[in-house]
Amino acid sequence: MMYSLRQINGGYGGKQVIHDVSFDVEKGQLFGILGPNGSGKSTVLKMLSGLIPVTSGEVYLKEQPVQSYNTKEMAKIVAVLPQHAEYSFSYTVKEIVSLGRYAHQSGWFQTWSDDDDEVVQRSMKQTGVHHFAHKNITELSGGERQRVFLAQSLAQEPEILLLDEPTNHLDLSYQKELLDMLKEWTEKKGLTVISIFHDLNLAGLYCDQIVLLNEGQIVSNDKPNEVLQEARIIEVYETEVKKHGHPKVPAPQVVLIPEEKWQNEEIITPARLMINKEYITLQSDQPLRVMSSGVVGSGIGWYQTFVNRHVDKSYNCDDFYEEMVDFLIEKGFEPSETVGMMTAVYMDDVVYGFYEMDLFSVLIVVTAGVGNAVDVSMASKHKEVVTPGTINSWIFVNGHLSEEAFIQAMMTATEAKVKVLMDLDVRDKETGTVATGTSTDSILVAATQSGEKIDFAGTVTPLGKIIGKGIYECTQKAIHKNRKRKKETDND
Amino acid sequence: MQKRFTQKYLNNRGVAYFCAFVFLCVAMLMGISIGTVSVLPLDILNIIGAEILRLPISNDVDPMHSNIVMNIRLPRVVLAGFVGASLAMAGAAFQGLLRNPLADPYTLGVSSGASVGAVLTIFLGLSIPFIGTFTLPLLSITTAFLTIIVVLFFARQIDRGMRVETIILTGIIFSSFLGAFISLMIALTGDELRQIIGWLLGSVSMRGWDYVQIILPFFIIGSVMLLANSQELNAMSFGEERARHIGVNVQKRKMMVLIAGSILTGAAVAVSGTIGFVGLVIPHLTRLLWGPDHRHLLPLSMMTGAGFLILADLFARTVISPTELPIGVITALIGAPVFAIILMKRRAEGRG
Repeated sequence: MMYSLRQINGGYGGKQVIHDVSFDVEKGQLFGILGPNGSGKSTVLKMLSGLIPVTSGEVYLKEQPVQSYNTKEMAKIVAVLPQHAEYSFSYTVKEIVSLGRYAHQSGWFQTWSDDDDEVVQRSMKQTGVHHFAHKNITELSGGERQRVFLAQSLAQEPEILLLDEPTNHLDLSYQKELLDMLKEWTEKKGLTVISIFHDLNLAGLYCDQIVLLNEGQIVSNDKPNEVLQEARIIEVYETEVKKHGHPKVPAPQVVLIPEEKWQNEEIITPARLMINKEYITLQSDQPLRVMSSGVVGSGIGWYQTFVNRHVDKSYNCDDFYEEMVDFLIEKGFEPSETVGMMTAVYMDDVVYGFYEMDLFSVLIVVTAGVGNAVDVSMASKHKEVVTPGTINSWIFVNGHLSEEAFIQAMMTATEAKVKVLMDLDVRDKETGTVATGTSTDSILVAATQSGEKIDFAGTVTPLGKIIGKGIYECTQKAIHKNRKRKKETDND
Repeated sequence: MQKRFTQKYLNNRGVAYFCAFVFLCVAMLMGISIGTVSVLPLDILNIIGAEILRLPISNDVDPMHSNIVMNIRLPRVVLAGFVGASLAMAGAAFQGLLRNPLADPYTLGVSSGASVGAVLTIFLGLSIPFIGTFTLPLLSITTAFLTIIVVLFFARQIDRGMRVETIILTGIIFSSFLGAFISLMIALTGDELRQIIGWLLGSVSMRGWDYVQIILPFFIIGSVMLLANSQELNAMSFGEERARHIGVNVQKRKMMVLIAGSILTGAAVAVSGTIGFVGLVIPHLTRLLWGPDHRHLLPLSMMTGAGFLILADLFARTVISPTELPIGVITALIGAPVFAIILMKRRAEGRG
């Protein structure tokens, strides 16, 4: 145990800021201290470094009361990196880093040993400041300066590093660089890092353990995922936030929700559809929340333009994504704001329906071709060849969907589609069994995210009922049209 | 390119000490040599060699010259040297401690504080039993120390952050107040005004070896204390909190520096009156030339400060000879503009 705080109380000038705080910090942890302004974070940190005495309770550093260390002994164990260090004279980087050796020197005329020099050189290398060792501190940028003082702290060869919002004045890349460095040192060298964080997300990403303070008391002391609970953050910080997972690593992230509620007044209706020989588009004035599979813009996101493009049956392109992007640009669409799909079906055969309810409305757009229909239960008999074909379904909801509703909407739509294929007796050519879809079907669920809040879209919910009905009707009509055209072309 | 070259050249410590030493020697030789009666530098070396070092040199120098050098010029130059060295070191220390190049015994009011002690002693004819002639420096040092403590206390009351502008403003207020207090004492004692004002503006003339003896022990104590705290001064120039985290016992070391600075200032004021701006200009220039590391800044300031005050004194007594100007006039004429320039540069940096 590097630090143990036992029921400490205290503060500045007679004002009690900290009430009954206890926690332990283990060796090699990256330990975060969080809390709103005035919650006592800095005070706790100053108590750890012995700068402010506690009025009651006890701070143990390596099992010894913190007051039992003199300043030099303390400096050999604990180094402190200030939020932003002051400097008044133009010392060189090396002179500043060398000062970190102060506690390791003794006697009136402190002798500078080879060992000291080696530590200084190593500290400068680790922080990357050795490139400008002979430059003056005044010539450096804010991020470089911060690293110089970090090097100074490292030159103390501490076992514990205390930091007060170390990333406060740093550019994004320096923030990451610094925290990556600290994380690595805790893991590889067993350095213990205790840091105040202002940014909940940085804390969530890097900390092993977090203490959340509010009004001088501990609200939570746990792993990041437990501490950063939505309800808790909303209560402590008194602001509207939403918690979600980090897209790349399993770490909790918290995002702010602006006070001015974003309102989308528009209603998506068939009037917005544009149909020509080459493609069908729908453009909205405001971005829509979309969950989709497609060639461009698939996944979850916010998009404004939706394109279903006709390609020839023989379309075969290795890099169909690039080709699709080029196509969109050529037609004047912005690929980053567009969801794009492909089909071999003729655009004239599109079927759409608009379903209005009291509280919400739904637009459904389907193009269907069943040339390469597949029975999913027999799919192992098929070779993996992607051919454009297919049933492309678009579902636009004028309502506010939960994430759950998005997923349920997709399930409901898929079930409705399968039912159509069964009822129309569409067969898998390979196996002769009833098909459940085609090998390249795409689906899109988009919502305006304003108006009525809709939490569910299962088959018997109000929204589910409409989606089921709409997809069934439109897909059925679309397949009829497709079959009719096929007959005509076969007759030709 | 030019700048890098000069920096590299000047940063060489050996070169720095050599330059400072040569400057001091040349200043001393000039100070002894020049005057109404010129003494050749070679003769000076002869006289010093024979009279002080007792070297068996055939002393064929004019006895009058020997007399002038040994009894008038040399003690004057040595005294000016000690005063200059003391003030420069005190200035360097205060600047490091307060993290500002504008701090100096004069702007902080320490010199005025020391003057109060000195004036009390001189004009009331005080003499503490057993310590005799050391009454003067001891009282000066005491009042100097009390002044810096009070100035810092008041500055902290006004502005918790202790910005140096606040400290200097407080120092200047105290300077004015103590100056008025001195004037009051002088008016009450009814002595001859001209002599007193001459003393107040600072002078090293007609003091002789007695005064060198008075300042010497305090100079040694003060400088050794400061030199022993040079690394701590380096640390404290990054702020007291930072220094503490590096491992400096800030309370103890700060007190030592303040005491040492007061000893040097008090002793200097006791023997020569208030000579302003030496403690401001010399450490600042030394820092510009050779960097801010106090382990070298202090000894280098000591040498250049001594040389500077010797030259200032030489100038003061020769420029409108035979009348002598108070040496404080010369240092203020040089120092005040430098103070203004530093202030302007700092403001410009603050904006940029």
